Amino acid sequence: MRTTRLRILSLILALGLFVLAGCSAGPTSTTAGTTTAKPAAAIKIGGIGPLTGGAAVYGSSVANGAKIAIEEVNALGGLQFELKFEDDEHDAEKSVNAYNSLKDWGMQILCGTVTTTPGIAVTAESFKDRIFTLTPSASSTSVIEGKDNVFQMCFTDPNQGIASAQYIAENKLGSKIAIIYNNADAYSTGIYEKFISEAAGKNLDVVSTTTFTDDTANDFNVQLTAAKNGGADLIFLPIYYQPASLILTQADAMGYEPKFFGVDGMDGILTMENFNTELAEGVMLLTPFAADATDARTVAFVAKYQAAYNELPNQFAADGYDCIYAIYEACKKAGVTSDMDAAAICDKLIEAFTAADFSIDGLTGENMTWAATGEVAKAPKGMVIEDGVYVGMQSGN
Amino acid sequence: MKMTKPGQKRLISNAITYAIVIVAYVLIQILDGSGNLTSSLRGQLVPICAYIVMAVSLNLTVGVLGELSLGHAGFMSLGAFSGVIVSLGLRDTVSAGPLRLLAALLVGAVIAGLFGFIVGVPALRLRGDYLAIVTLAFGEIIKNVINTLYVGIGPDGLRISMSDQASLGLGESGTVIMRGPMGAVGVDKLASFGAGVILVLITLAIVLNLVHSRSGRAIMAVRDNRIAAESVGISITRYKLTAFIISAALAGAAGALYALNYSTVVARKFDFNTSILVLVFVVLGGIGNIRGSIIAAAVLTVLPELLRAFNDYRMLAYAVILILVMLTSNNDRLKQLRWRIRSYFQHSSRRQEAEHE
Repeated sequence: MRTTRLRILSLILALGLFVLAGCSAGPTSTTAGTTTAKPAAAIKIGGIGPLTGGAAVYGSSVANGAKIAIEEVNALGGLQFELKFEDDEHDAEKSVNAYNSLKDWGMQILCGTVTTTPGIAVTAESFKDRIFTLTPSASSTSVIEGKDNVFQMCFTDPNQGIASAQYIAENKLGSKIAIIYNNADAYSTGIYEKFISEAAGKNLDVVSTTTFTDDTANDFNVQLTAAKNGGADLIFLPIYYQPASLILTQADAMGYEPKFFGVDGMDGILTMENFNTELAEGVMLLTPFAADATDARTVAFVAKYQAAYNELPNQFAADGYDCIYAIYEACKKAGVTSDMDAAAICDKLIEAFTAADFSIDGLTGENMTWAATGEVAKAPKGMVIEDGVYVGMQSGN
Repeated sequence: MKMTKPGQKRLISNAITYAIVIVAYVLIQILDGSGNLTSSLRGQLVPICAYIVMAVSLNLTVGVLGELSLGHAGFMSLGAFSGVIVSLGLRDTVSAGPLRLLAALLVGAVIAGLFGFIVGVPALRLRGDYLAIVTLAFGEIIKNVINTLYVGIGPDGLRISMSDQASLGLGESGTVIMRGPMGAVGVDKLASFGAGVILVLITLAIVLNLVHSRSGRAIMAVRDNRIAAESVGISITRYKLTAFIISAALAGAAGALYALNYSTVVARKFDFNTSILVLVFVVLGGIGNIRGSIIAAAVLTVLPELLRAFNDYRMLAYAVILILVMLTSNNDRLKQLRWRIRSYFQHSSRRQEAEHE
């Protein structure tokens, strides 16, 4: 009796260790904790995001993009920056730990966090400590609510939902719409709620709404059948690209060919391993960044990114890149120097970011401006996947 | 050195356990006062306390009762969310932070204890490892249910919905506390290190007194030989339930303490991995060894932060250290060595055989 119990226990523990160790099996091309060493007079920027675990792709992309921007800025010879990026495993507790260890390092400006839930916990701390915070991709409104020193580089979730509904209605992309969303995910639920309320006003006919959770994200036949039975000709997917890839595969297997419309979480589907990218042909998504855009800024960034990391940058990398440039421009404008303390820099940067004449042209948008709430104003770009690359969608087709 | 009586020895052993906690508290306070405490460590003090309470409470189930609970994070989750609701619900009526924290801890403990009862009644009447299976399911169910819960406070009291935020119908005067998968947002940070240490001391007092009481001996008798215990008239289910409910209630209090240390808490945090993490604390600290649980929980919580210098290999290093600790603490030669050192100091050859485990 006792030995069997011990045996079961040790088995479970072995499993547990495997799970714990498995957390480190994420992408290894990350740059955790590495500092881009610079002479003493550099302004210390801290970054926080998941470099290990399930959300590692977002954190590593932001870290990589930010690193490229830091190198470029430092090469200009003016203000010097030093970046230290810490892992938070997409967990609020670990994120606050990372934040505190960056504080010990002497962080003056925070570029983070990458994901929402850790973001809410960390910005509460950075608000209290008066450290200026610019998050590349934590998109919930709770991240900026009531915190005057927290700004966002990405759209808020509600804005994405509203923009998607408007885009679909204005361009008449579908008459009957089905929605599949993750009701255990803050990002997905946030977009869904605004989409559905906006859709009602736009006379969009939503014929089926089905949900899944992270634990049930491996079979979508039920949801797809519901959409098919409802006669949906467009499926709105406010979800991340991993479950979306499965939905595309299973819809294909069913012989069901509606249009698919995603949001910025869909970005990354073309670089996913073991996914037949032919299935993504014709998928539409709203994303502020496309790696195949032909403007000089994007081309230069993509070339540098590919040379350094041997993969195409996604939207998160662009967000990280833009964050550093936004901080750089604001620092230049406000006359921030490396010998100021974090609180003084914070006040100066808030003033610079909310100034009426402050706007940034970046990879993720032209003329980006910020409201005092911390929300960014920029135009979303509609993209459609053709021949394995993003192509800008023409309005009104 | 003269021989000590078993009672005295127990007293000394307990005193050492309490002393470790108090000395650690005083040391931290001194470090903090002299400005030598890093932000990194300061930020981890409350979670360490919460994990210590979790480890000690799970040790009561695993070590003393001899049953396996694989969903202890579920009880933590219940305590966390009920504690958050209570603390925000009392925001307007009770202004003193510590009082609201106390109320949150108590309600968290009661709710988790209640669910411990519900889970324990059917599972603990059975023989075998059914509790492990049931608690495993319980943890997952709690996680998924809380993920769909929307809770708000309006002028007329608490409102709960399972569909979406709009259906709460709060209007402008109400505040939303839990937003389904977004979890609880806008939590007041009421928890402090002092409160955490007090909770740890209360937990120790409850568990150590229980273990050394008549009930505790009955619980251990059930663990060691169920049939013999039954034959001398011990009510198996009652004592099993007592231990399990206390364990669940303490986990609930730990959850409330943990949740009130961050401005947000999500149900996903309290998943199977967290349950296993606490079980790892218990096993590495020594099953049935309360003091070991305290040390293991503290060390293993701080360790990943100390390993940040390893960058990419951080979690790998963590896993390797866990395996090494597991190997060395179960190594017969090392055990013998320790035993020899101990007997050298005690000059006592009359001690009975070395303790197992």
